[in-house]
Amino acid sequence: MPLLEIRNLKKSFGGVMAIGGVDLAVEKGEIVSIIGPNGAGKTSLFNVISGIFPPDEGEIIFNGVNIAGHSPSEITKAGIARTFQNVRLFPNLTVLENVKVGQHCRTRRGIWSAIFQTKGYREEERLIEEKAKEILSFFGTRLVGYRFEQPAFVLSYANRRRLEIARAMATEPTLLLLDEPTAGMNPRETAELTELIGKLRSDKGFTVVMIEHDMRVVGEVSDRVVVLDHGVKIAEGTYQEVSTNENVIEAYLGRPTELRKTTTEEQKA
Amino acid sequence: MTAATVDAAAPRTARFDVRRLLRYGGLAGLAMVFVAATGMLETFNNRLLIRPILSMGYLILLSAPFVMGYLVGKRTEIEGVETAPRTSADVVLAIVAGLIAGLITALFAALVDTFPGLRGTFPRMGPQMVSLLTFDRGVGIGFLILPAVAAVLGALGVAMHWLSDRLRKALGVGALTVVSTAIFESVVKDVFDWFSTLPRFLYHTAGGLSVVSAIVLFVVAAGASFFLQGRKVPGLGSLTSADTGERRRSSLIAAAVVLVLTIVLPQLLGGVLNELLTNVGLFLLMGLGLNIVVGYAGLLDLGYVAFFAVGAYTMALLTSPLSAVPFQLNWWQAFPIVLLMAALAGVFVGTPVIRMRGDYLAIVTLGFGEIVRYLFLSDWLSPFFGGAQGVRRIPGIPVGSNEIGGSDITQFVYFTLFFVAIAAYISWRLQDSRIGRAWAAMREDEDIAEAVGIDTVKAKLLAFVTGAVLASFAGALFAAKVGTVFAHSFEIIVSIIILVVVIVGGMGNIAGVAVGALVLIGVLGGPNQPGLLQEFGEYKLLVYGALLIFMMLQKPEGLLPSARRARELHQEEYLQDAWLDKEGRFVGQEQEA
Repeated sequence: MPLLEIRNLKKSFGGVMAIGGVDLAVEKGEIVSIIGPNGAGKTSLFNVISGIFPPDEGEIIFNGVNIAGHSPSEITKAGIARTFQNVRLFPNLTVLENVKVGQHCRTRRGIWSAIFQTKGYREEERLIEEKAKEILSFFGTRLVGYRFEQPAFVLSYANRRRLEIARAMATEPTLLLLDEPTAGMNPRETAELTELIGKLRSDKGFTVVMIEHDMRVVGEVSDRVVVLDHGVKIAEGTYQEVSTNENVIEAYLGRPTELRKTTTEEQKA
Repeated sequence: MTAATVDAAAPRTARFDVRRLLRYGGLAGLAMVFVAATGMLETFNNRLLIRPILSMGYLILLSAPFVMGYLVGKRTEIEGVETAPRTSADVVLAIVAGLIAGLITALFAALVDTFPGLRGTFPRMGPQMVSLLTFDRGVGIGFLILPAVAAVLGALGVAMHWLSDRLRKALGVGALTVVSTAIFESVVKDVFDWFSTLPRFLYHTAGGLSVVSAIVLFVVAAGASFFLQGRKVPGLGSLTSADTGERRRSSLIAAAVVLVLTIVLPQLLGGVLNELLTNVGLFLLMGLGLNIVVGYAGLLDLGYVAFFAVGAYTMALLTSPLSAVPFQLNWWQAFPIVLLMAALAGVFVGTPVIRMRGDYLAIVTLGFGEIVRYLFLSDWLSPFFGGAQGVRRIPGIPVGSNEIGGSDITQFVYFTLFFVAIAAYISWRLQDSRIGRAWAAMREDEDIAEAVGIDTVKAKLLAFVTGAVLASFAGALFAAKVGTVFAHSFEIIVSIIILVVVIVGGMGNIAGVAVGALVLIGVLGGPNQPGLLQEFGEYKLLVYGALLIFMMLQKPEGLLPSARRARELHQEEYLQDAWLDKEGRFVGQEQEA
C-alpha cells in the first residue's frame, strides 16, 4: 500500500480548474518531484494535500486514512509537513523558537504544568530544546551557535529556506512536502541543498515530494517525476522518461500550430 | 524635521525661512489657543505650583513657545552628513515665531472679548480667561505682554542648544524635580507623614512650593545631576536591552525591589494613596489579562471589560444578602465559582468569534462587551442583576473575624497586590511555555501556525479563557472593594483604557504593563477613578489621547517593550547590528564563507 494515494482530486477556484482530477501514489521512502509550467496547479496540489484548502472532490489517503478536508493542524499531526514557495517563517521569533514551535503537535504539556513548573513540564522543555538544536545541526554550522537566539528576519534568504525545512522536520513527519526548496539560491547553495534532500531520506527516513523548477536538482535526486499541466497529470516516470516525453516538451515549449492541428485531428479520428 | 535635513544639505546663510517661521509660530500659537479655549488655563490656574508666581495653567500655556523654541534649534545629526551649524538666524526665528504665537493667542482673546457672541462657540473664553491672558493688565497693553513673554520663552528654548549637553541635562533635571515636587504635593506630604519638617519647609501653608524652596530644590537637583552625570548607575536601561541574559538578571533585581516595596509601601502611605494603589492594582490585573489576549496571542479584544463585569457580578450575586441567589457564600467560597463563570464566559464569547481576524474580531468583541453590559442593565434581567440599581451590600473579604472591604483600604491593597503577583507569575510562566510559543506563532502568522500543527482554534480559546480568568480576579476584588456593582462601571471606555495601558506600557511585557498601569491609572487616573493628578479630571481623556498619539509616533513599542516586540518595530536598526556581538565585533562571517 502506498504511503500517500490521491484519487481523482479536483479543486477549482471560482470557475478556474486548478486541479482537474489528479491521481498520484507515493511509496514510502520515495523522492518524487512534481514539475510543470507556471499555473499548472503544483502549489494548489500541495495546498489541498496539506489541508489549507479542502478539495472539491476526490480522496487523499495517507497511511490508510482519508485526510481530505481535515484542518492543516490535524494533517500535520497525521504526519505531513510542508514548506512554502515564498518562505513563511515566524519572522520575529528566534531561530530556535521557530523550530520549537514546530514540535508543538508532538508535545502535550498544557497551561497547568507550565504554571506549576511540574517535573514533566521541565523535562519536556529540555527535550524540546535539545531536539531543536539537533535538528538545526542538520544544516551544518549555518543555523547553530549565535544563530539560535537571532530573530528569523535577520537570516539570509538561503538560511530562511533551511530554517523552514528545519521547522517542518520538527513536526516529525513521515511525508515532507517541499515547495521549490532551491528557488532563489545560488548554484553552490543549490548543490548543497540537493545533497541534503538526499540525506533527508537516507539519514532521517522521510518520504519527500517536492515541487522544483531546477531540472538539475530534479534529475539528481528524484526517483520519479510527475508532470502537471493545467491541473492534470500529463506524464509520469523517471527523469529520463519524462524529459523525452512529447507531451512534456509541448507543455513547456508549445508546439508549432500545424503539428497541433494534426494531433487534434488524430484524436478525432 | 524635513526643514532641518534640507538645511543640512545646503550651507546656510543667515537668511530667514518664512515658511519655517510661520509653521513654528502658527503651531505654537495654535497650541496656546487650544489650552486657553478648552479652559485648561482657567481650571489649572487655581493650582499654584510655586506660590505666588507660577500656576499649572500658565505652565501648560507657556510651555508651548518654549518647546517650540527648543525644536527650532534642534538638529538631527546623521552620520556622514554635515550638520548645519547653529546660527543667530535660529534665535531670531525662535523669537519672531514666539511673537507670532503670542499674537495669535492675544488676537484670539481680543476677538472673543470684542464679540461676546463668539462665547457661544468658545464657552470657556470668559472675561476671566481674557484677564489671565493679559496678565491682569487690561485689554490694551495687556495684549502685548503675552507675545513678549512668548518671544522670550522661544529665545530661551532655542538657547538651550548653546549649553553643553551636561548643563542642559542638569537644568532639565532641576526643572523636572521642581515641577514634579510641586505637582505631587499631596503624595510628598502623605509619604513624609512621619517627618513633617520636610513638607513644611517645601510647601507654602496654602499649597504650592514657596519661591525659596523652589530655588533650593532646583539648585540641589540640577547640581546633583551635573556632578553625578557620567557615573554609571545600574538603572532601567538594561531592562530594555536586547541581550536576554542581562535582561533577565535586571528583571529579577527589579522584581525583588518591587516585592519589598509592595510589602512596605502600603504601611507608609495614607488612605488616599492606598486607594490609588488598589485602583492601579485592579487595572494592572486586567492589563495583564488583556496582555495575554492581545500581547501574546495577538487577538485584538475591544470588549474585554465584559469579563471584568462577569467576575464582579458573579461575586456580587453570590455574596450579597440582597441578591436573587437563594444562598449566600463568603468571598473565598465564591471565588472559585467566579473563576469558573469567567472561564465559561471566555468560551462563550470566544467560540463564535474564533474564525474572525484582526479588525473583524475587534469589532465583534466590541459588540459583545456592550451586549454584556446591556444585559446587566436591562429591565428584563433586573430581578437578577438589579438593572440600573445594580447589586448592593456586597460584603468584604473575610479574614478571621474581620471583613476587609473598601473602607479598610490599607489591608485591602494587600489582597489586590497578592492577586497581581499571581497574575504576573502566570503571565511570566506562560510566556516562554509551549502554549506561549504557540500564541507567539499565531500572532506572527495564523495560517502558518495552523500549518505547522498548532490547533489555532484551541490556542485562541485558551487565550480568551486565560484572559477572562485574570479579569475576573479584578472583578471579584472590585465587587468586594466598592460594595455595590452596577452596569455603569463597565462601560466601553474601561476596555479602551485597559488597552491603552497595555499599549503605552509595552505590549507583551509584564513589567511594561505594570509601568503603563502606574503611569496612566496611578498618575492620570482610571475612567472613574481619580489619579495623582486629580486636577486633570475633565481633561483626562484628552491627555490619554495626546499621550497615545505621542507614543505611537515616537515609541510605538511602549515604555518597556518586550524584546520581541521591540525587534519587530525596529527591524531595520536591528538588522544593522545583527552582525555585531556584544562588544561590537563582527560575528559569523567565517561561518558564512
